[in-house]
Amino acid sequence: MIAPRSWLPTPVLSILLLVVWLLLVRSYAFGHFVLGGSLAILIPLLTHRFWDARPRIAKPIALLRFFFRVLGDIITANFEVAYLIANPWRKLKPHFIEYPLMLEERFTITLLASTISLTPGTVSANLRMDGKSLLIHALNVDDEEALINQIRERYERPLKEIYEC
Amino acid sequence: MSVIVEALISLLLIAGGIFVFIGSLGMAHLRDFYMRLHGPTKATTLGIGCMLIASMLYFWSVDGKPDIQELLITLFLFITAPVSAHLLAKSGLHLRLKHTVKTQGHPVELRAEEVGDKPVPHPDKGHG
Repeated sequence: MIAPRSWLPTPVLSILLLVVWLLLVRSYAFGHFVLGGSLAILIPLLTHRFWDARPRIAKPIALLRFFFRVLGDIITANFEVAYLIANPWRKLKPHFIEYPLMLEERFTITLLASTISLTPGTVSANLRMDGKSLLIHALNVDDEEALINQIRERYERPLKEIYEC
Repeated sequence: MSVIVEALISLLLIAGGIFVFIGSLGMAHLRDFYMRLHGPTKATTLGIGCMLIASMLYFWSVDGKPDIQELLITLFLFITAPVSAHLLAKSGLHLRLKHTVKTQGHPVELRAEEVGDKPVPHPDKGHG
């Protein structure tokens, strides 16, 4: 992590807040830069004690690649699920899967669970209190092992490389 | 506004409408709670995405300058949709909702500390 300064604990988040503020007010006047900028400094200052420490991004480019892969998967996921729902002759095989987690940090587990929920036919349902496994409900599964391997190779390993290596 | 842009906007709106409709259809008539959850979390995200792109294109061609405000809606949607789906599924597990017989695999038996019978150790070490 970048060395936390006392007045700016999370620089990236502050910049993000400023950008969101400017987009929300739809104005790039100087006054809004001042107001948004002071909010972007104040809000993290007041709230950063409540957060978990977030792991450092080791490979920003890999993160970008991961982002676009997930975006593509979301689009295919939508077509797949729409087809499964709309096809009247479907034979769905729903499945509960207990997925053994390789990630350890809670922040990255959150990212993985959200990714699983947004991608083809799977919703993450429960994280064990000890953080060792994730329960997934899948809409239509033929091969449990294949799905676990797919999630492992496609999402979990990149996430581990990006954040935890 | 040229015909091509107009056609593109209409196409996106129709596609978005279809996706949202199918998502709601899934929520209405799939067999059990956990399956119904899949419709609104997925089919609707692309539907709303299509509509927002259409809106962006429309106001771009009308106002003459690009406006990316709609991206914020997409961003918030992508952040919140999986969280709410996860919470719904989790509360379904806690309430022991029935799932269809043909569901393979079992939902895990929740442990005592997950149901709340036992005090939970704080996951962060060093916070007392």
